[in-house]
Amino acid sequence: MRNGHVLELKGISKGFFGTTVLKGVSLDIRPGEIHALVGENGAGKSTLMNILFGMQVIQDTGGFEGQVVVDGQAVTIDSPRRAMELGIGMVHQEFMLIPGFTVSENIKLNREPTRGNLASRIFGHRLETLDEPLMQADSRMALGKLALSIDEMALVGGMPVGHMQFVEIAREIDKKNVRLLVFDEPTAVLAESEASLLLDAMKRLSSEGIAILFITHRLDEVMEVADNITILRDGEVVSRMPRSEAKLGRIAELMVGRKIERPVLPPRKSEPSDEDMVLRIENFRVDMPGERVRGLDLSVRRGEILGIGGLAGHGKVGIANGVIGLYPSTGRVAKDGSQIPLNDPKQALLSGMAFVSEDRRGVGLLLDESIEMNIILTAMQVQGKFLRPGALQSLRLEDRSAMREHALEVMRDLDIRCTGPTQLVRRLSGGNQQKVCLGRAFTMEPEVLWVSEPTRGIDVGAKQLVLDLLVKFNREHGMTIVMTSSELAELRKICDRIAIVYRGQIAGILPPDAPDVDFGLIMAGKGAALEEVS
Amino acid sequence: MSDKLRNAYEQLGLPRLIIIVFLLALFAVAVIMRMDLAILIKDSITRIGMNGILVLAMLPTLACGVGLNFGLPVGVIAGIVGAVTSMNWGLKGFAGFFTAMVIAIPLAVIAGYLYAMLLERVQGQEMMVGTYVGFSVVSGMCMFWLLAPYRNPAMIFALGGKGLRTTITLDRTFGKVLNDFLGFSVFDIYIPTGLLLFMGIFFVLIALFFKSKAGLAMRTVGSNPMYARSSGINVQRMRTMGVILSTVLAAIGILVYSQSYGFVQLYTAPLTAAFPAVASVLIGGASLRKATIGHAIIGTVLFHTLLTIALPVTQTVLQGADISEIARTIMSNGMIIYALTRAERR
Repeated sequence: MRNGHVLELKGISKGFFGTTVLKGVSLDIRPGEIHALVGENGAGKSTLMNILFGMQVIQDTGGFEGQVVVDGQAVTIDSPRRAMELGIGMVHQEFMLIPGFTVSENIKLNREPTRGNLASRIFGHRLETLDEPLMQADSRMALGKLALSIDEMALVGGMPVGHMQFVEIAREIDKKNVRLLVFDEPTAVLAESEASLLLDAMKRLSSEGIAILFITHRLDEVMEVADNITILRDGEVVSRMPRSEAKLGRIAELMVGRKIERPVLPPRKSEPSDEDMVLRIENFRVDMPGERVRGLDLSVRRGEILGIGGLAGHGKVGIANGVIGLYPSTGRVAKDGSQIPLNDPKQALLSGMAFVSEDRRGVGLLLDESIEMNIILTAMQVQGKFLRPGALQSLRLEDRSAMREHALEVMRDLDIRCTGPTQLVRRLSGGNQQKVCLGRAFTMEPEVLWVSEPTRGIDVGAKQLVLDLLVKFNREHGMTIVMTSSELAELRKICDRIAIVYRGQIAGILPPDAPDVDFGLIMAGKGAALEEVS
Repeated sequence: MSDKLRNAYEQLGLPRLIIIVFLLALFAVAVIMRMDLAILIKDSITRIGMNGILVLAMLPTLACGVGLNFGLPVGVIAGIVGAVTSMNWGLKGFAGFFTAMVIAIPLAVIAGYLYAMLLERVQGQEMMVGTYVGFSVVSGMCMFWLLAPYRNPAMIFALGGKGLRTTITLDRTFGKVLNDFLGFSVFDIYIPTGLLLFMGIFFVLIALFFKSKAGLAMRTVGSNPMYARSSGINVQRMRTMGVILSTVLAAIGILVYSQSYGFVQLYTAPLTAAFPAVASVLIGGASLRKATIGHAIIGTVLFHTLLTIALPVTQTVLQGADISEIARTIMSNGMIIYALTRAERR
């Protein structure tokens, strides 16, 4: 411990397939320090942690540049086990617990204290008896450090999530040599009261000399517990500061801000306005796991491109999925004044809406069918297009030539690169697959198009193309577009208004040229602070 | 040229190539052993015609994602009830055959619907549950055969005067009506025209169905249920329809099979009805992900020709050892195992 740092990361850089994800990131943590690492989705936080824990995916993609220094000594961490030996522990975002085991069994999993017996003397140590009293005593001690009274003999299965989170932490601090704990968005799944218990526990741990790396994008929590704050944006450290110098607004601005060149978009004949609303959503709730919508109100102007932004897990993705009927929802959705039945995709589609899912391969495409079939199938099933005449609607035969003609047209309009309309969609690149998804939606000729994460997982050139297509259809066909995206930058490029979702509700609607700090604050649930400032 | 060969090979796949080579070898042996080729070929054609529709019954469930319909006996039983009822009324010839169909189809629709409701509750394990549904239904129906109020003396046990016989001859009712319809011989090979025509009609109808709106919806449900849902397709209804369609085809299939065989077999006979059909469609190249009419046709032809030829040939070669039933079982189950393990790996 020459310079008193538990961990130093020096100039870490990492690229995936030519895309740079981390650029010269450095970070130091002292014992007993709570160091907050904040950044938007995709800022590079997870990659940094994968490097720290020696995850296989890093080696598989060509390793990384830079140095990891633990206690003043350069180390090579090539497996999670090695990280554990060095005293680095991780509290996962998703729980890695076995529901059918008790709390103490989970805490001690694979590190159980054992006693020898007759069988183990003959057949080896794998048959030694578990020392259950010792296991329970250790577990009680670990839980005690968190000042939490959980029965160590209870099964994990039926516990509230908050308790599971604490069991995870207890497992990490039970490891004798643990010196650094990484908390990866630990409060994302917790209720507010549980979250504040967790923050207390973090402070207690740090007072015992354990360093904590706290990854989050909830800025109020950062302000509450962190000693130092490092802000990551697009794979670079944009700023670091002690808490005493930090201001909420400043952090928010740094987290989101980037040069936005808003291209000049083609003009419309008449600008959309609040006078003419095409869609009204009231008290809308969607039960989509991980993206719950909790009583949201939103109106969409006819002819606009409305952006929906917000951090992961706050429910922005749930809105489109709920409106289109893929996840159970309640509330009221009215288009042109007439109510649309919920939880019935067919009715939603018939009412003149279409949907491009964020889950391209899971929902958006039939991977083992042709491009042609992918493009026309929804319109055929819902609107009866591309069918030959016949008496019984459901037994009408496909109209091959109409299908082919339309597919060729879409492939030309959207510039889908492929060997022909019969090529299997599985064999296309991500960008071209996304264009097929868009083609599928455009074929419905919708009045309102819901697009979720249209540029996720496709390369930069294709991203621009997809955005251009949306603008083109909006301007030429007057198609109202509601676009959900984790990338604020692209929303600001093409949207007329941007609604930010926080905890399942709309926290605010901003114009695309609003200052970075406003977006940052609203995303972090500090909309009230924003009003105070202004 | 080599490209064409390679293409043809990839279309066909190694397993089918092996079987075709094996078949040709068997024919060669048959020629060497001076066996009557005409009879072998005639038997093969008849067996293909008998089993075609039962194999076809596998397609709807495969298409809609329920998997192989191991519960085929559900439909088979409906078909047999139709056959037995028609016979009880003493109907002969085509009248008897079509009456049996008219009775069997609604029964199959009802049974298929109930069966589909059950499968809906055990999603992910349809094939295993289906197998046991088939077994249970067959066993349960044994009581029905004993107690059902059929009175035609040609059908009931001669002693005691109650309960249907295990095997009932169709000689005097609709035995071979399809086989003999427009039948003719070339080179001593009898062609059962009606049988092949009837089977052909059903293959064409099903092929057309899969090009219709409902058929495409069914295929979509099978290949990606979430895509189907987001296209406004009622996933559960499509799965139910697939199961019903399969059950109805099984009912028709067993009627065709019985009239050609000349007997209706009751009690535990339908227990294993699903296995040859499953083996055929898998041998034809179908997987749990993809199954086409072509797979059903190739599978039926290969599997049933193999069964028909292999047994007499081995019999002749081994001189009198009676291994026919054992060989049949080993081959059909062996093919199921082989094909299922291959299907999973794709």
